[in-house]
Amino acid sequence: MKKLKKIKINLNGKTALFPNGSTVFNVIKKINAPLDKIAIELNKKIVNKKNLRKISLRNKDKIEIVHFIGGG
Amino acid sequence: MYKDIFKISSKKFKSRLIVGTGKYKNFNECAKAVKISGADIVTVAVRRVNISNKNKPVLMDYINPKKITYLPNTAGCFNSDEALRTLRLAREIGGWKLVKLEVLGDKKSLLPDMIETLKSTEILTKEGFKVMVYCNDDPLMAKRLENVGAVAIMPLAAPIGSGLGIQNFTNIKLIRNQTKLPLIIDAGIGQASDATIAMELGCDGVLINTAIARARKPLEMAKAMKYAVIAGRKSFLSGRIKKNLYGFASTPNKGII
Repeated sequence: MKKLKKIKINLNGKTALFPNGSTVFNVIKKINAPLDKIAIELNKKIVNKKNLRKISLRNKDKIEIVHFIGGG
Repeated sequence: MYKDIFKISSKKFKSRLIVGTGKYKNFNECAKAVKISGADIVTVAVRRVNISNKNKPVLMDYINPKKITYLPNTAGCFNSDEALRTLRLAREIGGWKLVKLEVLGDKKSLLPDMIETLKSTEILTKEGFKVMVYCNDDPLMAKRLENVGAVAIMPLAAPIGSGLGIQNFTNIKLIRNQTKLPLIIDAGIGQASDATIAMELGCDGVLINTAIARARKPLEMAKAMKYAVIAGRKSFLSGRIKKNLYGFASTPNKGII
């Protein structure tokens, strides 16, 4: 069987590998982030959380996943 | 009976003390301090999710945003673009429109960059945000912020985390006299009396983080700040007596033996 090609993305400043054809939803699932507590940026554009399954990842994509932390 | 209502952008709040959630030992201590302070608004920051430790506790597990109003801030932003990006992301987390804008201009003093702050306030307001603005204690700049749509003016008492208390009484009073917007002292409070003084100057509220979180006993200080703000507000509303150079006996001389 032909091995699935991986794509390389930048996830919160770190390199991460995902199978070709993965979506933003797969990334969120992998890191186990609760959707109601995060916001997502793909290549500096905010991603609508309703469309996560529709957005496929491309090589060198930059994803930022943020949440609230303590601050003044 | 006269009701003293604290309103920001048409939303009513019970407490005039806003509490920051940074610098606590842990989330548990932070949540306890917030509860004891009686605050119903807390400031929060937007940062990357820790992807290497999936089970790390998160703030929202300790302070329920359905019960306490989260006020997302732009701490650590040094220009308008960074601040706008941060608050747009904050809104995306769950519909937050009431935000605290803070654009810093100098890493050492942490004083605000008012040119970038003004620019950001205008853009955010046009995008539908309700912007509470951390600013310098400059009445002219405060007026400009009001003109571009700020919903609250939040001048510093002194640099962030300095604990120096109010440095420029005159300017705070000038800002008070020129605006009907909520005026909230943000940054520089060191002890309870500083908060009381801010309220006695006629401010509508006080935002405190370091003075509580880094006190030797944060939970006790949270309580002190709660009462300091209440005392200051009551004192302001009650109308202080005139200052006299000489003594004025409290006991009548009539019937003296």
